[in-house]
Amino acid sequence: MKAAERFSSPLWRDRAMAAAALVEMERLAEAAAAKTGGCVRLMEVCGTHTMAIASAGMRRLFPKELRMLSGPGCPVCVTSQGDIDLVLALAEVPGVIITTFGDMLKVKGSKGLDLNVLRAGGADVRVVYSPLDAVELAAAEPGREVVFIGVGFETTAPVIAAALVRARKRALKNFSITSFFKLVPPALDLLLSDPSNRISGFLLPGHVSAIIGLEPYRFVTRKYGVPCVVTGFEPLDILAGINMLLAQIVSGKPEVQDEYFRAVPEGGNPAAVKVMEEVFSRTDAAWRAIGVLKNSGLGLARAYAGFDAVRRFKIKRVEAAEPKGCLCGQILLGKNFPPDCPLFAKACSPSSAVGPCMVSSEGACAAWFKYGG
Amino acid sequence: MCVAVPGKITAVTGSNAEVEFGGVKRSVSLDLVPAAKKNDYVLVHAGFAIQVLEAAEAEETLKLFQEIYANESR
Repeated sequence: MKAAERFSSPLWRDRAMAAAALVEMERLAEAAAAKTGGCVRLMEVCGTHTMAIASAGMRRLFPKELRMLSGPGCPVCVTSQGDIDLVLALAEVPGVIITTFGDMLKVKGSKGLDLNVLRAGGADVRVVYSPLDAVELAAAEPGREVVFIGVGFETTAPVIAAALVRARKRALKNFSITSFFKLVPPALDLLLSDPSNRISGFLLPGHVSAIIGLEPYRFVTRKYGVPCVVTGFEPLDILAGINMLLAQIVSGKPEVQDEYFRAVPEGGNPAAVKVMEEVFSRTDAAWRAIGVLKNSGLGLARAYAGFDAVRRFKIKRVEAAEPKGCLCGQILLGKNFPPDCPLFAKACSPSSAVGPCMVSSEGACAAWFKYGG
Repeated sequence: MCVAVPGKITAVTGSNAEVEFGGVKRSVSLDLVPAAKKNDYVLVHAGFAIQVLEAAEAEETLKLFQEIYANESR
């Protein structure tokens, strides 16, 4: 095997093996459904999994007993309306350059505007690949204020933290960020605390886990007895992860398993966790449609509080209602599927999205619209 | 947005590396994986390597798949 093939090659998408995995899945799903009484509801927590499942056309191949729910792991989707409004307010501060990942451009604020619209009206909004690009921009433009829009989970937070450490070392006075980072384990806790969700297992996010490791998930099996499998993103990874979850349900022995062990060591990435904990501290965070969850997000730690854009520009946060009729919140909680929404594929489509689940390239509605259910 | 792409480190300069993704090369920060070295494969997210990939374990995963599913696919 060539070295490069080990990590990305057609081997991970082998048709015959996928077909065999699906045969195995039929058998396991039937046995698991006998245990759960009715269908088996598993949740892929991560938006990247949602897209991988949809784009490979897996949904229509799954056994009839299996329901895959899309969870709250799409960063743009879970950012609250009040926080989106803050971003838009920052974009209107004279002299500010907004730097952001592309996903944020089309998310609408409570007045129906988005960054794209503001940019067309003259706001300076730039899409960057890395927060380091934003740091370099601040260094190159000392007369301007550069704000990086920080959204994401534990995968992204250490990256932004490392960029802030670099900005601080260079004593950049014109760089700041918004810190809307959210944590996956508190979201799982919330989902399971509502028994009406009837979630029988979690396909856990591979790249969040590459940072935090396995331990932060163990409460899921201890407290709720729900199986967990950290899973990679290739089609065979996903099929294997689902089969491992089903096998755990059948055996009645829930645990946290690691299908993606080539990238996720038991202890995660301690260096990344360290820098994340140096720059950020745990804080209550507002999730779309869910509300404020205790200790579920990351705010800037005291030593880095000077980099807080919302404080620097004295923007007042006002909580705002979600778009009328939009079911994003219920979809993020696994309570509804995208076609259940009255706006889906009618008033709401990727070219004219109402809610963030349709805006984000990883949103459940966007995946469903593009690839079908 | 938690997309991360595997690439190979072709050169290291201080805390930055040149990483090759299927022929395309990019500068990547090694701030979060200080032990990574030349010829390692790393997962890259937003300009930072976030984890070193284990070649032996990737092969083991593929081998496991082949063992489990080979019988049913014939």
